[in-house]
Amino acid sequence: MLRTTPFHSRIAPLNLAQNWRRWSGYLAASAYEFHHNREYWAIRNSAAMIDVSPLYKYGIEGPDAERLLDRVVTRDVTKCELHQVFYTPWCDDDGKVMDDGTLTRLADDSFRLTSAEPNLRWLQDNALGMNVGIRDISDDLAALALQGPNARRILHDAADGAADDLRFFRLTKGEIGGVPVEITRTGYTGDLGYEIWTDPANAEALWDGLMEAGDKHRILPAGMLALDVARVEAGLILISVDYVPAHQAVIEGRKSSPFELGLGWTVKLGGNWFVGRDALIAEKERGPEWEFRGLDVSWDSLEALYGEVGLPPQLPSEGWRTSVPVYSGNTQVGYATSGCWSPLLKKYIALAHIQSQYAGIGTNLRVEVTVEHYRKKAAARVVETQFFNPERKRSNPSVADEVPA
Amino acid sequence: MSASRYDAIIVGGGHNGLVTAAYLASARKKVLVLEKRHVLGGAAVTEEINPGFKYSVCSYVVSLLRPEIIRDLELPKHGLQILPLESTFTPLPNGDYLARWGDHDQTRREIYRHSPRDADAYDDFGKLMYQLAVAVKPILAMVPPDPTSMSPKDLMGFLRLGKHFRGLGHEQFHALHKLMTMSSADYLDEWFETEALKATMSSSGIIGTFLGPRSPGTAYVLLHHYMGEIDGAMRAWGFVKGGTGSVSESIASAAREHGAEILTEAGVAQVAVKNGKATGVVLDDGREYTASVVVSGLDPKRTFLDLVDANSLPDDFVRDIERFKIRGSSGKVNLSLSELPNFTSKPGVGPLHKGAVSISPSIDYLERAYDEAKYGDFSSRPYMDIIMPSMIDAGMAPPGKHVMSIFVQYAPSDLRGGWDETKREAFGDAVVDTLAQYAPNLPEAILHRQVLTPWDIDRDMGLTDGNIFHGELSLHQLFCMRPTVGHADYTTPVRGYYQAGSGTHPGGGVTGASGRLAALKILKEAL
Ligand SMILES: Cc1cc2nc3c(=O)[nH]c(=O)nc-3n(C[C@H](O)[C@H](O)[C@H](O)COP(=O)(O)OP(=O)(O)OC[C@H]3O[C@@H](n4cnc5c(N)ncnc54)[C@H](O)[C@@H]3O)c2cc1C
Repeated sequence: MLRTTPFHSRIAPLNLAQNWRRWSGYLAASAYEFHHNREYWAIRNSAAMIDVSPLYKYGIEGPDAERLLDRVVTRDVTKCELHQVFYTPWCDDDGKVMDDGTLTRLADDSFRLTSAEPNLRWLQDNALGMNVGIRDISDDLAALALQGPNARRILHDAADGAADDLRFFRLTKGEIGGVPVEITRTGYTGDLGYEIWTDPANAEALWDGLMEAGDKHRILPAGMLALDVARVEAGLILISVDYVPAHQAVIEGRKSSPFELGLGWTVKLGGNWFVGRDALIAEKERGPEWEFRGLDVSWDSLEALYGEVGLPPQLPSEGWRTSVPVYSGNTQVGYATSGCWSPLLKKYIALAHIQSQYAGIGTNLRVEVTVEHYRKKAAARVVETQFFNPERKRSNPSVADEVPA
Repeated sequence: MSASRYDAIIVGGGHNGLVTAAYLASARKKVLVLEKRHVLGGAAVTEEINPGFKYSVCSYVVSLLRPEIIRDLELPKHGLQILPLESTFTPLPNGDYLARWGDHDQTRREIYRHSPRDADAYDDFGKLMYQLAVAVKPILAMVPPDPTSMSPKDLMGFLRLGKHFRGLGHEQFHALHKLMTMSSADYLDEWFETEALKATMSSSGIIGTFLGPRSPGTAYVLLHHYMGEIDGAMRAWGFVKGGTGSVSESIASAAREHGAEILTEAGVAQVAVKNGKATGVVLDDGREYTASVVVSGLDPKRTFLDLVDANSLPDDFVRDIERFKIRGSSGKVNLSLSELPNFTSKPGVGPLHKGAVSISPSIDYLERAYDEAKYGDFSSRPYMDIIMPSMIDAGMAPPGKHVMSIFVQYAPSDLRGGWDETKREAFGDAVVDTLAQYAPNLPEAILHRQVLTPWDIDRDMGLTDGNIFHGELSLHQLFCMRPTVGHADYTTPVRGYYQAGSGTHPGGGVTGASGRLAALKILKEAL
């Protein structure tokens, strides 16, 4: 039996569809309802609650905590203010991405790092000779993502206004459902949203507190299927889907640098030395071989291809996670790794690795689609990865002024 | 300001007029939209008539809003969100109910409860209708050719159509023929035995028409429902966040971004015509604007009989327009509620409140409702299609409170003795009384009530005789006959004067299709 998260007693009865999957050895809901449609719309229209407890979490504390992290991740950790959160990847010596996650400064000498894969050994190895404690706190923290345009109002009620003025990628503390929590303005949906962290013993009280406050704001628990669509729309990469972690890649060709994953903005070559820095300086000079891009697949083209067999376009309603060839003319110049029909944008979209010379925004390429068992190529345009990027994600209206969603 | 000259003036800021404006503006044309009311949207409008409670005053769901318009105009960026409405709940007088849910297996089980045969038929029927919708759908996206014309363009158009229909299989061709000629009741009788199922399905064939389920020709309109299903997976239908007015607002926002000017409280009195060509407009308040092209987003009656001097139009054309059938048959009741209706047949608050509720227990019930209207009365026990928008979008009502949108048939525009305030409220009472039979707590929960009859829809919303589709969607008023043969391609007998409202092909509903096709036509030949 897979392990269950601290919220299991609450989410299990709600999972009408009994639709589960595994996530880092835990049981996670794929969808609560028979179809993930309404859960997706809760993310974009009201608010969704997603159990993200299976994330790996590390507590890093001590006089050298900042030094260690600054050495490991690509961003300049000395710039991370108290209660600020950094999204960052980290690399191996060759500048290839091993993992990505968020890093939060809890105190001058104390940080929390989240990741998708285990990183204890990597952190310990890099801490050689440093005065720092590294603890795997994955089981000591329950985490809930509260995402969607009504999230701020729900927190306003549930946490007594504690997060009203919380800025994008910052942390605050408060109380929800009578238990102490930490709240960060982070998430994996590209929408207004928060992640809430608490002791597993408090998990149920937290859940109940949010559900109660969220009821009138149409809160809905959401599973991974809904999240998968939202994150593709937001252009957010997924480990082991959009890239292979460098230390797990059995051949060189599977590895990617931050530049090749659209994460160039996280690479601070001006600061202190960090693992992979030399390789990344060299790569920056040469220019990366690959770019990570959005593909906007032409509807007219899909209609024409399906029309040939007498059908309207038949697109999957779930996000997909397979490698799909991308062509310029008839030459393959890349591959898409995730895609979905965007119910919001009414577009068929994908995230793709494209050879740099074909990756200019606006370039017309072709992407493989299987139409009634036959492989065809549909027209697609190269676009930025953020298909959807609403202002509310970052903006900070006062709760009173906020237009009700 | 009146000195400035525009490439195009759009009369009427309904959603179609706005779509035309946005397409023209995005092609870098200088565009002015003139809307008579203080709000944009026409029948696609959200208004806060009772403070804190938002009503989609008229149109309440979008079924066929063209996805290409959503993409071309980037409407999601301008705030458009179409949320799913997945179920239809039909409460029955005998205390039972019939529900159709978003999940296929659940629906099947529910229909099976009423009739195991119908459960099987439901799937087969769905497949056939889907096939037919696929066959007919391309027609919606084309400019109708003129059957009286010998021009190569029109002939090619018909040729393409002919080829298209020859491609249909035998069974499908037969079914299409039946759809074109039968009543929805007869057509559904061939498939189903459950009264409530037949009645609820047939209701999509009578919405907006002055016909009953037993009137021939209503079967075809069933097909329109399945057109929505084709895009169903792509979800271009449902409830619009913020109410239907958000469709219009998002289109207006896109139009403005491309430079269109939009004025409200700017009613147009007349289209100026010189030497057979439209040159501009004169407003009710005397303001004048000139433009190369004038486009009307109003219904055909207003477009030709009100806005243009009859001398500028050929006599037989005027007669065609006078004959164009535009009887209103529908009303709308919008309620603010202190609590949700509690249906005796399925007590409590549940998923049914997030979908549609249909008062259509049997074909007889619907036909009886029609009978009353046929002879000049409103239905004392009307057909209703109900949604509770606040259950889908919390922003529609204050926390804990709700709004309810009730589409009602029949309310004839030519009510015996004419409509007045008393009769309007009597009609509202009939609606509430009928609903109270299924949800007894409803009357007590009403905080505010807005009742619209065809009389109000004509006077307040500017839709002639309150016909919700700018003219009935009967077969003789569709495609190359909408609104008249020879001018189904958005042109008019007046050069430089175009039509873009729902009274043109492909017709009514919040689709934007007429507005888009008109804009493409204008860009091609006039600007
Ligand atoms: C009660 C009701 C319920 C409906 N329900 C649905 C539904 O659920 N789903 C659906 O898809 N469709 C529905 N419809 C139909 C749909 O709303 C209409 O077909 C569609 O909105 C018409 O759009 P339009 O832009 O063509 O015209 P309109 O919306 O009629 O726009 C015309 C505009 O012109 C303005 N105008 C009029 N005269 C002048 C003048 N002289 N000068 C300047 N401006 C003027 C009007 O104020 C109006 O804004 C409903 C309609 C009604 C009335």
